[in-house]
Amino acid sequence: MREIYQTTSDTLPEKAQQLLDEGHRLALVAAHIDETGPRVVYLFTSGPPDTRVELHIRLDPDRPEVPTLAHLSFAAGRFEREMRDLFGIVPLEHPLPRRLVRHFHWPRGWYPMLPDAGPPPAFGEQEGPYPFLEVEGDGVYEIPVGPVHAGLIEPGHFRFSVVGETILKLKARLWFVHKGVEQLFQGRTIAAGLPLAERISGDTAVGHSLAYCLAVEEATGMQVPAEAQRARAMLLELERIHNHVADLGMLCNDVGHSILNAQAQRVREQLLRLNRQITGHRLLRGGVTPGGAALHALPDPAVLEAIGKDVREITDLALGHSTVQDRLTGTAILSTAAAQEIGCLGYVARASGIADDTRIAHPFTPYDHPAFEVPVQNGGDVLARFLVRAEEIDASLALVAHFADGLPAPKALLAPTPAPGAGPRTGVGLVEGWRGTIATRVELAADDTLTRVKPVDPSFFNWPALPVALADTIVPDFPLTNKSFNLSYAGNDL
Amino acid sequence: MSTAVGYAAVAGQVVVVGAGAPVLTGWMRQVRARLEGRAGAGVLQPWRDARKLLRKEPVTPIGTGPAFRAAPALLVASTAVVVALVPLLSTDTPVSGHADLILVVALIALGTLALALAGLDTGTAFGGMGASREMTVASLVEPTLLLSVFALSIPAGTTNLPAIVSGAVHEPARLASPAGLLAVAALAVAVLAETGRIPVDNPSTHLELTMIHEAMVLEYAGPDLALVELGAQMRLTLLLGLLSSLFVPWGIATGTSWAALALALVLFAVKVALLGAVLAAAEVFWAKVRLFRVPELLAGSFLLALLAVTASYFLSGTS
Repeated sequence: MREIYQTTSDTLPEKAQQLLDEGHRLALVAAHIDETGPRVVYLFTSGPPDTRVELHIRLDPDRPEVPTLAHLSFAAGRFEREMRDLFGIVPLEHPLPRRLVRHFHWPRGWYPMLPDAGPPPAFGEQEGPYPFLEVEGDGVYEIPVGPVHAGLIEPGHFRFSVVGETILKLKARLWFVHKGVEQLFQGRTIAAGLPLAERISGDTAVGHSLAYCLAVEEATGMQVPAEAQRARAMLLELERIHNHVADLGMLCNDVGHSILNAQAQRVREQLLRLNRQITGHRLLRGGVTPGGAALHALPDPAVLEAIGKDVREITDLALGHSTVQDRLTGTAILSTAAAQEIGCLGYVARASGIADDTRIAHPFTPYDHPAFEVPVQNGGDVLARFLVRAEEIDASLALVAHFADGLPAPKALLAPTPAPGAGPRTGVGLVEGWRGTIATRVELAADDTLTRVKPVDPSFFNWPALPVALADTIVPDFPLTNKSFNLSYAGNDL
Repeated sequence: MSTAVGYAAVAGQVVVVGAGAPVLTGWMRQVRARLEGRAGAGVLQPWRDARKLLRKEPVTPIGTGPAFRAAPALLVASTAVVVALVPLLSTDTPVSGHADLILVVALIALGTLALALAGLDTGTAFGGMGASREMTVASLVEPTLLLSVFALSIPAGTTNLPAIVSGAVHEPARLASPAGLLAVAALAVAVLAETGRIPVDNPSTHLELTMIHEAMVLEYAGPDLALVELGAQMRLTLLLGLLSSLFVPWGIATGTSWAALALALVLFAVKVALLGAVLAAAEVFWAKVRLFRVPELLAGSFLLALLAVTASYFLSGTS
């Protein structure tokens, strides 16, 4: 089901152009260091029907260079910068040849993903200046925020260029949490890779572990039982619900309406306890396993209904409050065109009128619930992102009840263990995590250890949209906007 | 005039507001927590916070000057002077002759100005941002404060606060007039803005970029921070007390008896606690307005104050 084409530096841009013109999106770019030299894999996807096309290109070990695709796809340009920072593979004629992952204190010429990189050396001499773009003019001043923030959030530095209270330009500098996850995967067994996948982004345990498991199963040719796939789909929706409920509450908190936050967090706590009953872990770890799923219990439909009623009441109260409504409406609009060009995913895209959903484009189990619809809003503002979340909670609650119906519990549903070395040895997992499409590509060695795992969190695609949406927004509305995107720092910076 | 009772009243006002302000803040937080379904930290938490802060070593950022160092003391001192002047417990004190409306508003503005200068003095983006926002708000709030009390001074024929209050005690009809009602609405909004409450500012937020008052004082730590917090809490208590003295003056001692003073103390505590609870309860149902809507809100309150003055002028003119 995956088409693979070998290309050269001459044919790659042409072929990529053709795929993008046919309506594919670039889902993932992964570099590999084979014994014969570097190899880069470009994964293009589209659906429905579920279509996955890979372009492979082998590079000269002495001069690892690829022709840039940045002029074809914005996301490609960012993947290329990431690849250059981690592998030293140079995208030729890249329009924005600046560093992305590497902070200025990283040692010069040290590329951590190369096999001979060794342990990280001490922070060294700065690799040249690393300036922010300065906005000049009458009354323009800069507000630096972070990387350490007052709340319990992840580290990121934001540099605002401001006139009065209006944001002229925002530059987000991330990549403070580089953990070397991709490197940590290498050499692990399939089972040992699972806990790592669950921890790529703590709030997306199911999304990332499921994408990892789907990729591994494709690579080893495992046939997962249909019931296990339904259990996984149920867990995926449970993860979406508890994250969305927390976000709705925190959006209310950010406009100073904390009573709804208190209520939303109460509902979230009920959901987390439900999660522990179902999988033994509040954040649903351990529910998805390679080859299947393990359930301790099933959710009670009455409990789900009560939670749905509570959430609807909270959202109705929020939207019925004129000040809250005023704060959300028209704040930080991300236009459909901008979202499309940037390649936004998940609720950020759906709030800007793009009805993409991996559950429809690349389903791993039939989403045959009659009432399942992908909610879309056209406003592109904070209100639209609020509404999309609220509607997704309703849809997800219906899906949980639908998928849970008839599942056996407590029980682990596992595929038969495949023969060692069976399967095509490479696999791709595409999952609609709660933030959007997660793509994970896996390559296995003959002895079933992982040689390369490349997970891509939707935050990697969505981060550049935040500064675009914030242009002409006022500074005090930044925290609200940031929360309405709620992007992952950890998932973005592996 | 029995000077002993008078001096006791002045000392009582300063001590009660100084010691009671953190308790009032704790009380308001507790009311709000309970209404939101949370347990709350207890009424005494602000005092525990102050004790913790006072035990820390004083730290001042490098490069800050006298404006930064003097501001906390100036804030508390100017507030304490206003507390001594205004009629919270008694209208008949040795200093009541100096409790002029314009002086009181100027002293309140002095504390605000000191903090804004301190915010600028740190040289950080947040200090400047907070100071700029605070000054925007202050420039709209101070005239409202002045005008709304001025509306009450017209029937009294003086801008002396104790005289206005004792006049109202003896002639309650003044308060029920349209001018009195307009003035109370205007003053209430001004108090909300001056003390940095929702819907103007959110005192419990951790989001640096949305702050007004907190952004100015971000660089304070240890005992200095304890002073700044105490100053802010005293201002809240003072303004709520002033609001209650002007519009529900009954119970304030107008004579020189010890019994009246004791009764005034109890009633003051009850009135301020009740007002604080009402404010906390209202905050549960409000949300913070967009920063650019704040001037609209304050302009509205200024308009009310202006109407109060006009109404007061014409109504008292015809009578």
